[in-house]
Amino acid sequence: MIAELGGFSLILALFLSVVLAIVPLSGTITGNEIWMNYAKPLATGQFLFVLVSFLCLGYAFVVDDFSVAYVANHSNSQMPMQYKISAIWGGHEGSLLLWALILSGWTIAVAIFSNSLPLDMLARVLSVMGMVAIGFILFMLMTSSPFERYLPNFPLDGGDLNPLLQDFGLIVHPPMLYMGYVGFSVAFAFAIAALLSGQLDAAWARWSRPWTNVAWAFLGMGITLGSWWAYYELGWGGWWFWDPVENASLMPWLVGTALVHSLAVTEKRGVFKSWTVLLAIMAFSLSLLGTFLVRSGVLTSVHAFATDPERGLFILVLLAITIGGSLILYAIKAPNVRSESSFSWLSRETLLLINNVFLTVMAMTVLLGTLYPLLIDALGQGKISVGPPYFNAVFVPIMGLMSVALGLSVVARWRNTSLEMVRQRLWKPAVGSLLIAAVFPFVYGDGFDFSVFFGMAISLWVIFTVGLEFVWKFRHSANIGKRLSQLSMSYYGMLLAHLGVAVTAIGVTLVSVYSQERDIRMAPGDKIEVVGYEFEFQGSQRVKGPNYLADQGQIVVRLDNEELTRLKPEKRQYNVQRNMMTEADIDAGLFRDLYVALGEPLGGGAWAVRVHYKPYVRWLWLGGLMMTLGGLLTVTDKRYRKKVINGKGEKYA
Amino acid sequence: MPRLILFVPLVLFLILGALLWKGLSLDPRELPSALLNKPFPDFNLTALRNPDQPVTKNDFAGKTVLVNVWATWCPSCRDEHAQLLAIAKEGMPIIGLNYKDERDKAITWLTQLGDPYQFNIFDQIGMLGLDLGVYGAPETYIVDAQGIVRHRHVGVVTPEVWTDMKAMIAKGWADAVQ
Repeated sequence: MIAELGGFSLILALFLSVVLAIVPLSGTITGNEIWMNYAKPLATGQFLFVLVSFLCLGYAFVVDDFSVAYVANHSNSQMPMQYKISAIWGGHEGSLLLWALILSGWTIAVAIFSNSLPLDMLARVLSVMGMVAIGFILFMLMTSSPFERYLPNFPLDGGDLNPLLQDFGLIVHPPMLYMGYVGFSVAFAFAIAALLSGQLDAAWARWSRPWTNVAWAFLGMGITLGSWWAYYELGWGGWWFWDPVENASLMPWLVGTALVHSLAVTEKRGVFKSWTVLLAIMAFSLSLLGTFLVRSGVLTSVHAFATDPERGLFILVLLAITIGGSLILYAIKAPNVRSESSFSWLSRETLLLINNVFLTVMAMTVLLGTLYPLLIDALGQGKISVGPPYFNAVFVPIMGLMSVALGLSVVARWRNTSLEMVRQRLWKPAVGSLLIAAVFPFVYGDGFDFSVFFGMAISLWVIFTVGLEFVWKFRHSANIGKRLSQLSMSYYGMLLAHLGVAVTAIGVTLVSVYSQERDIRMAPGDKIEVVGYEFEFQGSQRVKGPNYLADQGQIVVRLDNEELTRLKPEKRQYNVQRNMMTEADIDAGLFRDLYVALGEPLGGGAWAVRVHYKPYVRWLWLGGLMMTLGGLLTVTDKRYRKKVINGKGEKYA
Repeated sequence: MPRLILFVPLVLFLILGALLWKGLSLDPRELPSALLNKPFPDFNLTALRNPDQPVTKNDFAGKTVLVNVWATWCPSCRDEHAQLLAIAKEGMPIIGLNYKDERDKAITWLTQLGDPYQFNIFDQIGMLGLDLGVYGAPETYIVDAQGIVRHRHVGVVTPEVWTDMKAMIAKGWADAVQ
């Protein structure tokens, strides 16, 4: 009964989306204010019905209603409660419902927090978001309803959630990621609304900027969490695999990063309008494309969702309408005028444009690498594989160039910057970062290493330039405290996010080059030394978890003969699906992780044991966290809370 | 003219859309028909454990074998390894195709995790992999006694997959020469 209520509520949400997509937009064409005013209540209604639907599915999980097919396939009565709840988005159907919930959540958020928007603009934006909602809810109802029943013969117990997904990381990772993916629909809706109305001005950029920054921050957080989860859960210490599904989340993030910067330029200087609109369309399109790639089965991936060509076709049609439609609109209506403000070849505008190009090229490179096997296959040239070597070879150099431009753009001024000023202010960070990076591998490692030099040089360059820029702000101020409070939240967010880039780059460089790994057979009492740490295997014992049995190893770690910690890696067998899971145990630290995982039992109490020493691996995610916080800080800026009476032609310098 | 430039994204998207549409009808888990029921491609490479020992496809002729494509850079291969050991214990010969890998690392791997393979073909530049149409590691092929490729599995060989494979091998192939 509850499940049917959920399905019914979803159908009602669909009807509301249809009305939302049509009525307010028609209102803007005919100038009918009453119709435009329907946008807010319709967005609210749509959200409430999707929420009811989501809660119904959650209820079915909580009470173990295995007559609901989706619950039976993704849950089990023995599963701990938190995983029963996170199992709502543990499969294709439920994760789509989460998608729809978040989409309607963003829609209602726009409706609530956009008091400063002119009525017609709000009506257009909400209508466009209603159109997106139609597509997704229809997709769910037609091909992938989570409310279908096994009747009359339903299973007594469920098939369990994939043990890989029974983990804290998987409780939080998909919602964050979807917040980002779907969040770009707001930037997209603003762009489409601006194209429809022809009001493509600085005010438009100012409205969509906070939404875009928040979406970008969430997406970054989602990617960071995914990487962290893969690191500790997959049991072999990797943190990025260039897997199609990971690429699918990285592409919108890269384009989103470009969009965040491009919007800043459009807001402050009124230039790059067409480019910004195109990026907004691209960021959301790539989010949709990611969804298509993951669920259609055109590419093989470790993140196997149940795939189905019928679903693939539906999403493809959806993509064609959404992306094709918006690009046609773009081609016809994008402003073709020459920008009114001018800037020289050496200015913040130019440098940001260059960075935009780098970011877009990176996204396209990832897209090419992801689709290349498919392309070759479609041309009948056989099957090929594109692996980490390709991605590393193209990604790393562009990343390096981009970091150089990043440092320059932080220091450069709007409009025009003198070469002399750049030289004067940047020679110190340039020389400093090169010198320290050249010495670093001798001090930290045991000889020169070009990767380390390169990685450290660009990271230090970013840190130094950002740091100097911050100090530069105080050159005329006697009162530091007062100056600190004068600087805007956007400015602090910018500093933090850019430092995050450097922190991540340091983590990537050092963990890639200086990781130590030992795979070794260990009988009880055996010892092994890795980078000065002594690991003693004391044997394993059987332990019983809520829905699994595990062999738990006991490993004492000593540093200079003093006990540092005891690690207890597990090899688990889950009761229902019977698959073996490696549960690594990690002693985490800011400068190094000690990572121990059990391989296979080798008889006589001995195990294949994997021991990793991972220097600076936390910095990877710390940087991701800093970028996220930076993105969120910018939104707290005072100027976004200002009321705008008339959105036309206003500009902030 | 500048107006036409604005159509470029649309055109690019249409090309991409056509590609994806075509992609829907292709199954990435399927072997290109060119190789199914065709002889295993010829190759002339060396054994993993001994760089001086040449191996060719004659080295596994005369019996039905599994050819398993693996590499130390491949996370799923680690997951698969226990199952391969179990299969080898059942008496099924497995030939390893060590794909785009480093010799030392691969030998260490086998020493530490156990060696389910009769021998390993060392395909460092991936030429044999290319001839076979390897999409990524791991992949497992069933090659019959006449050296004909009979089945391809992309991804980890799980107990269920192995059960299916066993059934397939037991059934044999209608056009096989006895």
